[in-house]
Amino acid sequence: MAWFKRSPWILHYNATSCNGCDTEVIVSLTPLYDLERFGIINTGNPKHADILAVTGSVNEKSVQALKNLYDQMPNPKVIMAVGLCAISGCVFQDCYNVMGGVDKVLPVDVYVPGCAARPEAIIDGVIMACEILEKKYAEWKKGRG
Amino acid sequence: MARKTIIPFGPQHPVLPEPIHFDLVMEDETVVDAIPSISYVHRGLERLIEKRDFVDFVHIADRICGLCSFMHSMGYCQAIEEIMGIEVPERALYLRTIWAELSRVHSHIFWLGAAADAFGFESLFMQSMRLREMVLDIFEATTGGRVILGVCKVGGVRRDIDSDALKGIVNRLAALKVNLEEISAVFINDYSIQHRLIGVGYISKEDAYALGCVGPMARASGLVMDMRSLGYAAYKYLDVEPMVESAGDCYARCLVRIREIFHSIDLVRQAAEKIPEGPFDLKVKGAPDGEYFSRIEQPRGEVIHYVKGNGSRFLQRFRVRVPTFSNIPAMIKALKGSGIADVPNIILTLDPCISCTER
Repeated sequence: MAWFKRSPWILHYNATSCNGCDTEVIVSLTPLYDLERFGIINTGNPKHADILAVTGSVNEKSVQALKNLYDQMPNPKVIMAVGLCAISGCVFQDCYNVMGGVDKVLPVDVYVPGCAARPEAIIDGVIMACEILEKKYAEWKKGRG
Repeated sequence: MARKTIIPFGPQHPVLPEPIHFDLVMEDETVVDAIPSISYVHRGLERLIEKRDFVDFVHIADRICGLCSFMHSMGYCQAIEEIMGIEVPERALYLRTIWAELSRVHSHIFWLGAAADAFGFESLFMQSMRLREMVLDIFEATTGGRVILGVCKVGGVRRDIDSDALKGIVNRLAALKVNLEEISAVFINDYSIQHRLIGVGYISKEDAYALGCVGPMARASGLVMDMRSLGYAAYKYLDVEPMVESAGDCYARCLVRIREIFHSIDLVRQAAEKIPEGPFDLKVKGAPDGEYFSRIEQPRGEVIHYVKGNGSRFLQRFRVRVPTFSNIPAMIKALKGSGIADVPNIILTLDPCISCTER
């Protein structure tokens, strides 16, 4: 299990989420579910982050902030779309200010379904993200070496 | 006079769970002005009312906000029921009250945690989040959902809680109360917390009234304002007492919320004792024709749902005025003159819910 060598840090951004998935992301990091015991912590700084957890679909304004955050993250990085809104827009896909899922603007690696996504599902998503992160890291090292 | 600088705050910031942007105009360490800019979370869901059936729209009202999800669907259903003249069964009213009060408990505990995080008390944040899980477990057992409940519907509720489960809820809340007393003692008595909160973000009673404060923000400044005293749902049968403090600073707002948690636990106990037997939903026929303002008390204050229908299954207009929106002017007022280190504290004591505000 090579990917337990280092714990990835999570950057969470609320694109147009309703708070439901946001609180579940926080819940999965705090006791009872406690991802932090593995050293996976929620950071506010994109330059320290490995996983970008996006909740909510994107709109014209949040896409600027989201792209900005993504560009500031160092490589390798993984994007995790948390919740149905981030995947497809959920009940809001007909709204005039909703562009749809996050994959319309950024390359999403992990999809975590649910409205709101359950903490167990988010933990599962983070573990998948670890594997992808490790793969991306290996590719990046090969390309450099 | 010192030179003015502008510090951008947000939309992505460690203390903010949600995106809102402020341009803080600074003179040295003091904030002289704060210019908010919103719409990072604007979805435009009010217009969806034209595309969705009024019965289906409850699911969208549920998803206006994840923290006060049940309150939004309850306010919307209440408005539709008033227009159509539906007599909701009493058991449904009691069940709504129980879920609404449980929502208030979990929202306030979340706030305590977020506030502890804002003034840098990490372990208290973790403890609060641990206690909040006890309420979410009750939600999961009674409704199937943890945050988005989806149990409210026009004409009643979707699920019943049997009397054994009600007893279980009351017992669990009693256990939660013991734990909460422990952490609220830290919030009330800890020297460093008092140092960070007392006298910070002061809003006088006159200002609170003139700027249109609602909810705990208004009550902390001495305004007696609680929409539960209007007696909607089953509140008319319960002893509701608004929690009022007079100091008007961040510490008073913290006290108001702590006292409200205990009061809500008591209200759930009262409702569980008085709940009558009977049906818990009603078949709805026809479509709403008319308009109504429904006012209910959310964890953050008074929320208004305006609904207008013309007799078809698709309504014409839906509008939500949420508490955070009417509290923002007061927050700007409190920010002016404060130090830069107190800005996260002041913003947090408002308990901002941006996804409600921008819908």
